[in-house]
Amino acid sequence: MNFKLKDLGPQLITVIAVVLIFGFFTYNAQINMENRGIDFGYGFLSQESSFDVQFSLIEYDGSHSYFRAYLVGLLNTILVSVIGIIIATILGVVVGVARLSPNYLINKFAAYYVEFFRNIPLLLQIFFWYFAALRALPLPQDAEAIFGVFFLTIKGLYVPAFIWENFNIFFYSIVASIIAIIVIRIHAKKLQESQGKQIPVFLISIGLLFILPLFSFLIGGVSLSFEIPQLKQLAATSFVYDGGLSLPPELIALTLSLSLYTATFIAECVRAGIQGVSKGQKEAAASIGLNPNQVLKLVIMPQALRIIIPPTTNQYLNLTKNSSLAAAIAYPDLVLVFAGTALMQTGKAIEIVSITMFTYLSLSISISILMNWYNKRIAIQEK
Amino acid sequence: MFKYLKQLTSLVAMVAVLFTFTTETMAAKKSKTLKNTQKKGFVRCGVSQGLPGFSNADAAGNWTGVDVDVCRAVAAAVLGDANKVKFTPLSAKERFTALTSGEIDILSRNTTWTLSRDADIGLTFVGVNFYDGQGFMVRKSSGITSVNQFKNGISACTNIGTTTELNMRDFFNSKGISYEPVAFEKADEVVAAYDSGRCDTYTTDKSGLAAQRTKMSNPDEHIVLPETISKEPLGPVVRQGDSVWEDIVRWSLNAMIEAEEYGITSANADSMKTSENPAIKRLVGAEGELGAAFGLDNEWSLRIIKQVGNYGESYKRNIADTGILPDRGPNQLWTKGGILYVPPAR
Repeated sequence: MNFKLKDLGPQLITVIAVVLIFGFFTYNAQINMENRGIDFGYGFLSQESSFDVQFSLIEYDGSHSYFRAYLVGLLNTILVSVIGIIIATILGVVVGVARLSPNYLINKFAAYYVEFFRNIPLLLQIFFWYFAALRALPLPQDAEAIFGVFFLTIKGLYVPAFIWENFNIFFYSIVASIIAIIVIRIHAKKLQESQGKQIPVFLISIGLLFILPLFSFLIGGVSLSFEIPQLKQLAATSFVYDGGLSLPPELIALTLSLSLYTATFIAECVRAGIQGVSKGQKEAAASIGLNPNQVLKLVIMPQALRIIIPPTTNQYLNLTKNSSLAAAIAYPDLVLVFAGTALMQTGKAIEIVSITMFTYLSLSISISILMNWYNKRIAIQEK
Repeated sequence: MFKYLKQLTSLVAMVAVLFTFTTETMAAKKSKTLKNTQKKGFVRCGVSQGLPGFSNADAAGNWTGVDVDVCRAVAAAVLGDANKVKFTPLSAKERFTALTSGEIDILSRNTTWTLSRDADIGLTFVGVNFYDGQGFMVRKSSGITSVNQFKNGISACTNIGTTTELNMRDFFNSKGISYEPVAFEKADEVVAAYDSGRCDTYTTDKSGLAAQRTKMSNPDEHIVLPETISKEPLGPVVRQGDSVWEDIVRWSLNAMIEAEEYGITSANADSMKTSENPAIKRLVGAEGELGAAFGLDNEWSLRIIKQVGNYGESYKRNIADTGILPDRGPNQLWTKGGILYVPPAR
C-alpha cells in the first residue's frame, strides 16, 4: 500500500496541478469575457463571411460561410506545405549528396548554399524573395513569353490551362497503368527470389505509363487542348493576363523561400545519413559482385534512410508550421484568412485561435504518423 | 509519503493564492482603469504602426498625430502631463485583442465605429475624432479618373482585419466587377506591393491613402480617386465595463472639439479664465465642478487645452500642415459647415 502510493504520488500531484492550472485559466477567461460582454460559441462558423480571398482551391466568395473560409485557408496551407516538402526533399537530397562529392566545385557550392540559407532568418528570406522578385519581375505588358505560352510577371506566373475532353477515360488509363506496374513489380520480386532472374522493371514501367494513356487518346476519345493566357488591358498602363491558370507571386515566393530554407536542413540530414553507413558495408557489397547501382540501392540507402528519416520528419513539421509566415506577404493561408481576417470580423479570438491551434496540431501529427509508419517499414526487421 | 504531502500542501497554497488574487482584483473599484493609470503614472495607448497625421513615430521615437493627441489629452486630464503616455504600435489584427485583454487602456488607432464591433466584442466606442470614407488610389499614368473605369480582373491591395475588406467586396459586387484582393497584415507591405506594381489599385480609408501616398517612392505618380465608397467614422475605443474611464476618454476628446468651437487655444487658455461666457469658464475650470464626476480636479480640461491644444490646432499641426489633407472637409466644426458637433460640457 505504502509502496504503491509512493509510486503514484508524483503522477497524481502532476495531474491535479495540471487540471487546477488549466481550470484556473479557463475560469479566469470565462469571468473576464463575461465582464466585458463577450459571448463564447462556435455558431459564427455557419454565418456568411462577407470577405473575399485572393486564391482558393475550392469555390469560395464572401457569400459562403466562415467555415468555408476556414477550409480555403487550410487547403492553401496544405498546398504550400506539400509543394514545399516535395521541392525541399528533392533539393535537399541533391545538395546532401553533392556535399559528399569529390568534385571540389560541386562540394563547395553545396556547402556554401547550406551555410548561407540556413543562417538567415526565414521571415527575411520570405520578404527578400517576395519584394525582390516583385521589383525584378516585369509588368504584364512587358513580359516576354517563355516557350510562347508561359508568362512570368509581377502579378504572377500565368500558364496555359488544360481543357480536357473525356478526362475520366484518361484518368482511368493512368490508374490502370499504375496498377499494372505494381503487379509487375511484385512479380519481378518473386521471380528474383525464386529463380534469381531479373527483368527490366523500370523500362517496362515507363513504357506502360506512356502506352496506356496513349491508347486513351487514340481510341478512347480523349483530347486535350490548351487555353493560352491572353494579355488584357485594364487601363492605359494597367494590364493583366486573362484565361489560363495564374499562380500568384505570393505562392511562388513562399514556396521558394520555404523550400530553399528547409532543403538546407534536409541536405544535412542526408549527408549525415550517408556518412553514417560504414565504409565496410560498401566494400563488402562490392566484393559479393553487386554493381555500384545495386550497392547504393540495396545496401547503402536502406541503412542511410534509417538515419535520415527521423530528423527529416522534424524538417517537414517545421516547414508546415513555418508556412504560417505567409501572412506577411499576403498568401491567404490558414493564419491570414482564418486567424486574421475571420478573427477580426467576428472578434471570436479564443474560438478561432483554438481552432487554428488544433488544426496545426492535427496537421503535424498526421505528418508524424505518416513518417513514423515509413520509418518503421524501413527499420531493421527483428525476427 | 510525508515528502509528497508537503509538496501537495505547497501546491494547494499556491493555487489558493492565485484565486484570492483574482477575487481581490475582481472586487471592482469604481474605475479600475483610472486607479491603475494613476498608480502606474502613464496612460497605456494603442496606436497604429505608422500612419502619418494620425499616429506616427519620428526617428527619435516621439509619437505625433490626431489619434496620438487623444491619448495625450487623456494623460493631461488624468495625470497632469500630456507626455505621460506609453504608446503600443498595433496591427489592425492585434488591436482589439490588445484592448480587451488589458494590454492597453485606450485604442486610438483610426478605428472605424461599426455596430458589430461596438456590440459584439467587448468594446465601447467613445466618439469620432475623424470622419472618413474608403477610397481608391491608382497610378496617374493608368489614366483612370473614376472608379467607373475599373474593369474585370483588377487587383486591389489592402490590409487584413479592417472594414476595408468588406467594403471592397460590397463595392465590386455591386458593380459586377471581378477582382483580385491582395491583403497584407501590415500597411508598409501594402504600400511596398502597390508601389512595385503588384496591384492596380490600393484601397483603404481616404485619410490613410493620403497619408500613405507620402511614403511612395514618387508620390506625384499616384492619385486618390474622388469617389467614397463607405462611411468610416474613426474614433477612440475603450474596454466595455468601465463607464467612468469611458466618460473620461469621451470628454477629453469632446473638450478639445468644444474648445475650438469657443475659440480657446493653447495660447489663450489661461486668459480665458476671466471670460464673460460661462461655457468658456466651465471649460477652463474657472466655474462649476465638472471634473468631480470623473474623480478628477477642475482643471482637467484646461490642462488638455494648454498641453495638447484644441481640435483645430491638433488637426492643423498633424494633418493640414504636413500636406496630408489640407482641406478639413466634413471634419470642420458644425458652425463652419462641417459635421463636428459635440454635446455641451456642462
